[in-house]
Amino acid sequence: MTVALVDGNNFYVSCERVFNPRLEGKPVVVLSNNDGCAVARSAEVKALGVRMGTPWFQLRDLAKQHGIIALSSNYALYADMSNRMMAVLADYSPEQEIYSIDECFLGLDGFADYDLVAYGQTIRQRVRQWVGIPVCVGIAETKTLAKLANHCAKKNLAGDNGVCNLSGMTEAELSRLFATIEVGEIWGVGPRLSKKLIARGIATVEALRTADAKTLRREFSVVLERTIAELNGVMCVDMQEAAPNKQQIISSRSFGNYVYDLAPLGEAVATYIATAATKLRHQGSLAGMVQVYVRTNPHKADVPQYQPSLTIPLPEATDDTLRLTQAALWGLKRIYRSGFAYQKAGVALLNLSDAGMPQLALFSKARDNTRVMQAMDRINAVWGRGTLRSAAEGTRREWKMKRERMSPGYTTRWDQLPIAR
Amino acid sequence: MQSLTTSGGQPFPTGSLFSPLPCIPLPGFPILATPVPAGFPSPAADFVEDRLSLDEHLIKHREATFFVRVTGQSMTGFGIHDGDLLVVDRAVDAADRSVVIAVVDGEFTVKQLCRIPDGVLLRASGKGHGDILVGPDQDLTVWGVVRWAIHRV
Repeated sequence: MTVALVDGNNFYVSCERVFNPRLEGKPVVVLSNNDGCAVARSAEVKALGVRMGTPWFQLRDLAKQHGIIALSSNYALYADMSNRMMAVLADYSPEQEIYSIDECFLGLDGFADYDLVAYGQTIRQRVRQWVGIPVCVGIAETKTLAKLANHCAKKNLAGDNGVCNLSGMTEAELSRLFATIEVGEIWGVGPRLSKKLIARGIATVEALRTADAKTLRREFSVVLERTIAELNGVMCVDMQEAAPNKQQIISSRSFGNYVYDLAPLGEAVATYIATAATKLRHQGSLAGMVQVYVRTNPHKADVPQYQPSLTIPLPEATDDTLRLTQAALWGLKRIYRSGFAYQKAGVALLNLSDAGMPQLALFSKARDNTRVMQAMDRINAVWGRGTLRSAAEGTRREWKMKRERMSPGYTTRWDQLPIAR
Repeated sequence: MQSLTTSGGQPFPTGSLFSPLPCIPLPGFPILATPVPAGFPSPAADFVEDRLSLDEHLIKHREATFFVRVTGQSMTGFGIHDGDLLVVDRAVDAADRSVVIAVVDGEFTVKQLCRIPDGVLLRASGKGHGDILVGPDQDLTVWGVVRWAIHRV
């Protein structure tokens, strides 16, 4: 298998820069929803040593000193730019797996005759011109290696001009390169696992790649064994079944028979939302965005192909099945086109945040009962939105208002369009 | 009041992306008082075609098209007026004499791109007034090409 990982550089900051060229070359951070901490940093800010997740109040002095510009997160803008970027990238492969708001895998099987580095450059140039977002492209034989290749392209460790193709490198070149990369950079090796590995003398990618997989499987897990196999070019993580990380919850399935109409697609999407929302509540998170996609059968080249997806930012982060369902169905209605034989549908809950509030216990009792949520919505439908709501919701609403540095809705609001003289 | 469909059980939210999602009406609560005709089928039903769409007409590259608002009078000679809405396509390459959105001093400006021996002239419509000369060693970013100007009459 050959696969590419395309990833937007400092995605949120890049989105802001498209519409505000003054931010170009300046240190910029984007803050989390309640202006709490840095969730995106421009290269200039990274160079100052600011780490991901640094609270804004800790940054204030540094910001004054270096003129760091801080912006509230404008998720409506980022979601629209993400949808545009993913749609452009979908043209470059029959197989696309959107992994997060700013990155996707592209299957490159059957591209053997292509100069993959040149292809990567074409992709890069196209996204930059059409959408305005700079991206890096990592190409390799497995998804884990493609992630690593992308890291190399971003940090300029290997490859050229934002594209790195590991499958084009010799064994000796790979060894030398991997010996310089910390083990914690590997996809699926989190801070805790990397600490344990380092304590065991496995500090670099090369050390893990050449370690004995069977031994480590006994000591750690079968997941680590699979990671080692992937580092050695043996594909274990399929294009579809990406290991869900904590930042998103995915639910999707192929249909038993082809589906043609909106109504059954809607039923499927609603079912997947219910599954995903249960997981969401179980892990105590709220979703800030819902993504919905449908696709035809990519393996049947003779039938018309259509693989749309849409990300919908929610007015408020929620774990309410009904709200998530309505958003997903609204999105489905927008992307649905008749005349296609749909083979699969899926949803993803994105931009997850912690629901951990003191009211959680009280709320969790209520939300296990779907009928309570329904009754609440029905009462609100008649008497006005917000007539009956949980205490937790009320609190959330307040901190949501704290977005004092938000840029305009350049692509989503008629009254906030960019202005030209 | 938005229209609600009862056929699917739940109404689809209508309106803009960021309006609050509507809630589910009470069962038995009157939604639409319009009677549903049940009789002779319309003879026109077999000839239904999609209604014309301005999106389709004005937008060639959906992913690369953005809307920009005009401020000022510098382009009235080109039929671009204060307050007009511009349909800007980033997917097409700017040619000589294209009307473009360019970035000058960190701001967007709408001008006609003219290649001249000493670099590029961003031409306004006011007979030299408002023109911007970009020298050969100055940076010029062409942000997108203006395809349409939508003017309210």
